[in-house]
Formats: sequence, structure tokens, C-alpha cells
Amino acid sequence: MIEMQDIWKTYANGTHALRGVSVIIEKNEFVYLVGPSGAGKSTFMKLIYREEVPTKGQISVNGFNIGKLKPRKIPFVRRNIGVIFQDFRLLPKFTAYENVAFAMEVIETPRRLIKKRTMEVLELVGLKGKHNSLPAQLSGGEQQRVGIARAIVNNPAVIIADEPTGNLDPETSWGIMNLLEEINFRGTTIVMATHNRDIVNKLRKRVIAIEDGIIARDEARGEYGYEI
Amino acid sequence: MKFRTILRHIREGTKNIIRNGWMSFASLSSIVISLFILGVFLLLALNVNNLANQIESQVEVKVYLQLGVEQSKVEELHNAIANMPEVRSVKFVSKAEGLELLRVSLGEDGKDLLEGFDETNNPLPDSFTVEVIEPQTISFVANKIKAINEADPTVPITNVKYGQGTVETLFKFTTAVRNIGLIIVAGLALTAMFLISNTIKVTILARRREIAIMKLVGATNHFIRWPFFIEGALIGLLGSAVTTAILLVLYQQLVQITQFELGLMMIKLVTIEDAGWLISGVLIAIGTLIGIWGSTISVRKYLKV
Repeated sequence: MIEMQDIWKTYANGTHALRGVSVIIEKNEFVYLVGPSGAGKSTFMKLIYREEVPTKGQISVNGFNIGKLKPRKIPFVRRNIGVIFQDFRLLPKFTAYENVAFAMEVIETPRRLIKKRTMEVLELVGLKGKHNSLPAQLSGGEQQRVGIARAIVNNPAVIIADEPTGNLDPETSWGIMNLLEEINFRGTTIVMATHNRDIVNKLRKRVIAIEDGIIARDEARGEYGYEI
Repeated sequence: MKFRTILRHIREGTKNIIRNGWMSFASLSSIVISLFILGVFLLLALNVNNLANQIESQVEVKVYLQLGVEQSKVEELHNAIANMPEVRSVKFVSKAEGLELLRVSLGEDGKDLLEGFDETNNPLPDSFTVEVIEPQTISFVANKIKAINEADPTVPITNVKYGQGTVETLFKFTTAVRNIGLIIVAGLALTAMFLISNTIKVTILARRREIAIMKLVGATNHFIRWPFFIEGALIGLLGSAVTTAILLVLYQQLVQITQFELGLMMIKLVTIEDAGWLISGVLIAIGTLIGIWGSTISVRKYLKV
């Protein structure tokens, strides 16, 4: 599903974010990405949804060679990748419904289908009855649910979640994790960067630790492994 | 692009105006204010131009004839002048009419002067009053008439006059006034464009995060751009339509007051019918184009994410 071969990423300011990362993530896996801040987790994820291009190396996602992608093809690859952010990144003037529906409008889905599917997904993430609320009228947990609904509404093959529980209290975080696990059970590959030791240690999954731009650890049912 | 997507963009563009209420209001206000000022000066320039036209159109060529000429010779000359392509009309003024006109134009002062003159001892010659289509061609036409006389001495012309010197100065003046009006209007139009597109840019700057999010969800640049395009066009159209309506209503009032209540028949303002099309055409075109231009240019900048 996701394959990286000797990926290097050097930013214009000279920072070596990744230094020779090779990894294979299979379809339907659930992977935690852990490591200190600034170790390269965000770069790792940005490469997957083509916000950044590798300086060196090969990366393919869902059969697409992401590094060699022409700019105008980028939107079409992103449609197969759902992205979830710590700061939610919802359209502030759009209601919960409109935020989720937007992802479907982009792929020119008929309106009738958009309505059906959007309501279905909002119900799945536990936001039934809140579809007309603006992000500002929702709690952090609810906003993240909208973000997740938007990420999954088009049935993407992969979900990239960058610290999805970073801004949420523990109880809300577990709600979000249950939701992600359920999405994973339905067949979606999930790559999630996190600093949440509790979650990683209790909900055991594959753990990839990135330190100083290289993979320090890769365990099938790993632990968080860092002191806070 | 599928038809339903076009509909979606129109819907979305309209919704965005309401979603970003205050920003839309800011853009609208800047359009209304700038275009209003532009419109006022445009009307002013139109009227100045109209006034210049009125003054210019009063110039005419006087062709004085010899005394006691045969009727056939006079008619022959009349036709020769009337057939010139530059000439709008030729009017024969008999010596009696000439005297009457002189009496009217001299008024009280002329009473003593013209006393004692009647049909029997009228000193004035018969004459033609020639009006030209383009006032600027007046000296050319006058020379052409003189040339007839020079070519054929039997033609009964004694003198051709059109106010040499005075007419040229008048034309210089009206041309200068027109050009100044044009420069002011053009300058204001540019200022208005700059002001409006700047306001729109600022309102879109506030939405660059929104654009970045749309791109992350997989929207193509076209998909993002269209609603902005429609939003800009609608705001431009709405703003300029409102401005035009306000301007024309006010102008109608002004025409009413000056023409009928104050009875300023001398200064004839351009009628609302004549001004209306030009004003609404220019303002709505500028408003809409600037609306589109401002939003498209600004969005393009933020699409490079």
C-alpha cells in the first residue's frame, strides 16, 4: 500500500528531516508513528499525501509513484488518501455537513448521493443531528469527528492522521481511537503520528519510531517507548 | 466539468457571499463608493462634452450675395452648397429677414441705429446661412464656398464669413475641456479599479487557509477557482448595479430641478435616456470585470500551495 525506498528529505534551510527511510506498510495495517518532536514524523506523512516531495528515493502510495507525480495529478492522488489533523483544518464558514460534502463535491458526486453518504458518515462518527453546526459551535472532539468524517467519506484506501488526539482530553481521545479502529476494521490502512503514550501502549498496533530522520524501531505490536 | 458541478459552483459562489458576510460587505462598499465617484465625474464629463457640442454646433458660415441677383443664379448656388457632403443645411435669408434678425439681435440698442430703414432702403444683402455636420470642418467648408466664387466670377458671392480666429479659439478651448474630462475620468477609473481589487485581495487573503484545506481534500485548482470567480462577478455586478441605480435616480432629480424648476433652459443637461445607457454600461462593465479580476488574481496566488 505504502512503500518507501531510501527516502531522503532535505529542506531548503538545510535541515535533514529524513535520512534514508525504507518501509513497507501493507494494506489494512494500523501503524503508529512515534518519536520526539522534529524527528521527521510530519515529513514522513507529508510525503505520503504529497505535500512534500522527497529529495531522494522512491515512494509509492496505492500504486502511484508519488515522487514523480505531475502537479496537476496531485488532487487525484489525494482523493484516495484521507488526512486528519491535530488542528482539524475544517472550513470555518462551512457547516459540519458542508465540510464533509465538500470532499464528495470535489469528485463530482451527484447531489443526491452526497446527501445520503454525508448523513450516513456523520451518523457513523456520532454527529447525528449536528450537521448544521459550524465548526466554532462544536467541541474539539466533535470537530475532530467532522475531520474524520471528511477523511473517510470517499472510502479512501489510506488514512493519514497527524496527532488526531493531540488537542483532545483523554476521554474524547479514546472515542476518536475507537472510531479509527472501526474504520481500520472496515479495511482502511491507517498511519497515525502520535505522542499519546497511553493510547499506543493500550491499543497495541505496529509502532514505527522515527528519531533524527531514520527509523529507530519497527515493531509489530510495539510500545510507545519514550518517557514523557 | 459536469453540468451539476457548474450548478454547484454557482450555488457555492452565491453562498460564499453570505458566508463571508462582512467581507462581502467591505468589497461591496468599496465598489459602490469608488464607482459612485467615477460615475459622478463621468456624468460631469458627459455634460461638459455636451455643452461643448452645443457651443460648437452654433458656428455657421454666412455667405453674402450681391444685390439684385437673378433668382436662378441664387438657386444654382444654393444647390451647389447644399450638395457638399460636409453641409447639413443651407438656409436662404432674404434681405428683409436679415433686417428683422438684426433688429431682434440688437434689441433696444439698435432701435435708434436701424430707425428709418424699411423695405425700400434696406442696405443688407441677401445671404445664405450654412450649417455644417462636423463643426470642426467649418473653415474647410468656408474655403470651398470661396473657391466656387474664385473659379467662376459670375457666381454672385460678395463675401464668405465664419468668424475666423474666434472659431479656432473656441475649438481649442472645447477640445482642451474634453481632454481634461477624459483624463480625469480615466484616472478615476484606474483608481477605482485599484481600490476595488485591493479590497477583494484583502478579503481573499483571509481565506487562504480555506484554499489550502480545499487542496488537501483533493480539489483541483479549477474547482477552487470557479466559486471565487462567480462570487467576484456577483459582488461586482451587484455593487455596480446599486451604484448605477443611485446615480441615475439622483441625476434624474438634478435634471428635473435644473430644467423645470429653475428653468435653466440655457444649460441643457444630457437627458437621462442618453446618459443612462452609457453610465450603466460603463459602471456595470467595470464593476463586474474588476470583481472577477480581483478575485481570480488573488486566488491564483494562494493556489500555489
